[in-house]
Amino acid sequence: MLQVENVTVRFGGVTAVDDVSLDAQSGEITGLIGPNGAGKTTTFNVICGLQEAVAGRVRVGGVDVTEQKPHLRARLGVARTFQRLEVFGSLTVADNLRVAAEARTDPTTDPETAVRHALARTGIAHLAEARVTNLPTGLLRLVELGRALAAEPRLLLLDEPGSGLNDVETERFAELLLDLAAEDGLAVLLVEHDVELVMEVCSNIHVLDFGSKIAEGTPAQIKANEMVQAAYLGSEVV
Amino acid sequence: MSQFFGFTVVGLVVGCIYAMAASGLVLTYTTSGIFNFAHGAIGMVMAFAFWDLSENRGWPVPLALVAVLGVIAPLTGALVERFVIRRLRGAPVEVTLVVTLALLLALLYGSYVLWDPTLARPLPRFFGNNAVRILGVNVSYHQLIVVATAVLVAVGLRFVLYRTRTGLAMRAVVDDPELTALTSAEPDRITALSWAMGASLAGLAGVLIAPLTTLDALTLTLLVVNSYAAAMFGRLRSLPLTFAGGIGLGLLFSYGSGYLPQSDFNNRLRDGLPTILLFVVLLVLPAARIRAGGAVSDRRAMRLPSLKASIRNASVFAAGCVLCAAALPEERLGTLGDVLAIGVILLSLVLLTGYGGQVSLCQLTFAGVGALVVGKVGANPFGYGLAVLIAALLGALVALPALRLRGLYLALATLAFARFFETVVFVDPNAFGANTRFAVDRFSLGPLDFSGEKMNFAFLGVVFSAAAVGLLALRRSAFGRRLAAMGDSPAACTTLGIDLTRMKLTVFTISAGLAGLGGALLGGLHTGVSVYDFTMLGSLGLLLVVTLGGIANVSGAILGSATLGVIAALKPSASEEVQRFLDMAPGLTVMLLLARMPDGVAGWLGRQWERVTGEDRGAAGLQSLEADFVGDPGTGFDADPDTGVRPGVLDAAG
Repeated sequence: MLQVENVTVRFGGVTAVDDVSLDAQSGEITGLIGPNGAGKTTTFNVICGLQEAVAGRVRVGGVDVTEQKPHLRARLGVARTFQRLEVFGSLTVADNLRVAAEARTDPTTDPETAVRHALARTGIAHLAEARVTNLPTGLLRLVELGRALAAEPRLLLLDEPGSGLNDVETERFAELLLDLAAEDGLAVLLVEHDVELVMEVCSNIHVLDFGSKIAEGTPAQIKANEMVQAAYLGSEVV
Repeated sequence: MSQFFGFTVVGLVVGCIYAMAASGLVLTYTTSGIFNFAHGAIGMVMAFAFWDLSENRGWPVPLALVAVLGVIAPLTGALVERFVIRRLRGAPVEVTLVVTLALLLALLYGSYVLWDPTLARPLPRFFGNNAVRILGVNVSYHQLIVVATAVLVAVGLRFVLYRTRTGLAMRAVVDDPELTALTSAEPDRITALSWAMGASLAGLAGVLIAPLTTLDALTLTLLVVNSYAAAMFGRLRSLPLTFAGGIGLGLLFSYGSGYLPQSDFNNRLRDGLPTILLFVVLLVLPAARIRAGGAVSDRRAMRLPSLKASIRNASVFAAGCVLCAAALPEERLGTLGDVLAIGVILLSLVLLTGYGGQVSLCQLTFAGVGALVVGKVGANPFGYGLAVLIAALLGALVALPALRLRGLYLALATLAFARFFETVVFVDPNAFGANTRFAVDRFSLGPLDFSGEKMNFAFLGVVFSAAAVGLLALRRSAFGRRLAAMGDSPAACTTLGIDLTRMKLTVFTISAGLAGLGGALLGGLHTGVSVYDFTMLGSLGLLLVVTLGGIANVSGAILGSATLGVIAALKPSASEEVQRFLDMAPGLTVMLLLARMPDGVAGWLGRQWERVTGEDRGAAGLQSLEADFVGDPGTGFDADPDTGVRPGVLDAAG
């Protein structure tokens, strides 16, 4: 569903992403991990078009979108959440989702059905009429996830959606992710600091460090990879 | 040859002054991230202070210079930074724009309080008219001083920024204030220092240019528009390019004045040159990247009334207007009529800025176009329709080139547009004319004649109510949701498939059309208009009062307009000093209160109302959420019969 090929991003003299390639398949959850500043969010921005790459290509569903504006990529089925929240503060929770549902270009359901469905899936239906400014951060992450789902994407980019959730909530969240991949056939690309969660749900994991990809593989392979351990995981997972 | 050299000297001198002013602007912008629209006003106040000390109080010139540029100006800059600018950190761009515009108006009208604007204040040049002869041209000491000062400023700034620790910290603040704070370089102190320096540079420019032109508050305040163009040329970053831009602009000006054949149109074109250049520079700026800022906007968290409720309220309002028209004596209806007609123009700002987060500094220009079209074509449905249409098209035209740019540049483009229409287009004899009154009729439709005072007032009441309902209906539509979403987070919108450029263009067009309608109504109310009714400064004033009223709410438009009405009603019976103070009041209030009350009076009233009635649905949602966590029954969520686990917020059951 997604192919990122040899993407490089520079900010001034700093190379934030250096010749990174990765892909994400439909029906699977792909992990993207790495220490702070490894270039994960920048990679997300390149995929959805908020950041121009100096080199490399991005393909979504086989279509080369490298030169395309963000809103055109969204219309190909790309949706995302933001690590630093970008909710619509002046709207209610339901209206946040409604904006996404109404922005679809070839909707399969009417907007209200899409909104109800996404509210139910993320478990925030009882907050539908709440104004988002009154909600705590953990719930706002769910609003962003609900909003992304209301857009009915084919490729879902999640930027640290699990931060701020407790153990029980994290477990439910993992179930939801697996469900989205297995039943809805979404390609999910997950940036997450909770390594346990990533190991649990992902079928394939890419590891970034200082802007370069240092490893790729199944959770078992990543756990066993010495470079990854040295760069990032430390002893906690081993 | 000596003629050419003469023009060159004049252009160089003026250009040096622009460059100094513009470098102060760039300095404050880069360290605080806030574009200071009041930069010229600060320079103006310093020029007046210099006059006051040296001419009025008879201080020796060097002492007065040191007092103004070394004490008063830096102190003013630092105080402004401390009490106005610092509170704006992280605020959305439209808020920062409005605050510095408020500062501009407060300083301008404040100077009228201190220095009676009806008196002439000749300010002699430095060393009088002493001159040296260079290449057959008399170059005055004053001109030599200007050029020498500019060179000193350029070299000095370069030295401070690149050769001192403070300068290093200043450049660091630009990149990342949080990081600079970590390295204990105290960004607050650095920003305050740069604002102090910026104010001194503005003062220097003011003191140097006032003797060359005239010590007039408005002229000096608006001269800064020329510096905007120079600062844009340096992309608000590069000081060398800013200097080049300023000097280039001065030369172009001078050659234009010298070589363009004398004609009425060419004279006006020269006046409009800086704004044309500003527009051109904006055109060639690279497109802005949409940033994910990560701020949860809470500027417009106001409950929308249902369509039914808004129709009911508007009907009551319209009926009230009709009753007023019937009951009140005709001479009372004039000011109230202004409130309604200006209210329609303010509604256009509620749509554009309040809902969509875009800033326009030329709404009165669109209003003027509306009045112009109705005056030319006739005050019938066709004329009104055409007025709205042409204003809307102009709105699209001014927005189009600037849409890809950031909010600040879009605002500057509208400012340039407003100045251009004010100085070049509206004064044309085929439009309003320079000092003449242009007749505009009141609306009529066959036998329906609304030209009488009472009929016209009732008409205005109905039109305002209809426009308000229309606006609320628009806000409740899919387009309106999208508009509010764009105002909150452009990054999220664009990643959801929303074409921001098209959205901005659409909302600009509708807003300009609405402003055009308001202008036609306003012109009809007064049965005529002049160029002074539709100035850029007037547009700024409107933006301020609607911000004060509550720019996110339809009721804010009428509250803002009523504020102007109250001021207008108080003025005739007030002394001249009080009148000037009244002019200053909106700017002063917005400047000091906006950081605390971003949603204005209407927003504040709305929150009080919700507190009284307990209508805060967000709070209700949270209560049910807490109940959910503590296992309170009756929230509509049942525990799983097998495990006894209650579904939490992450109920993935679908």
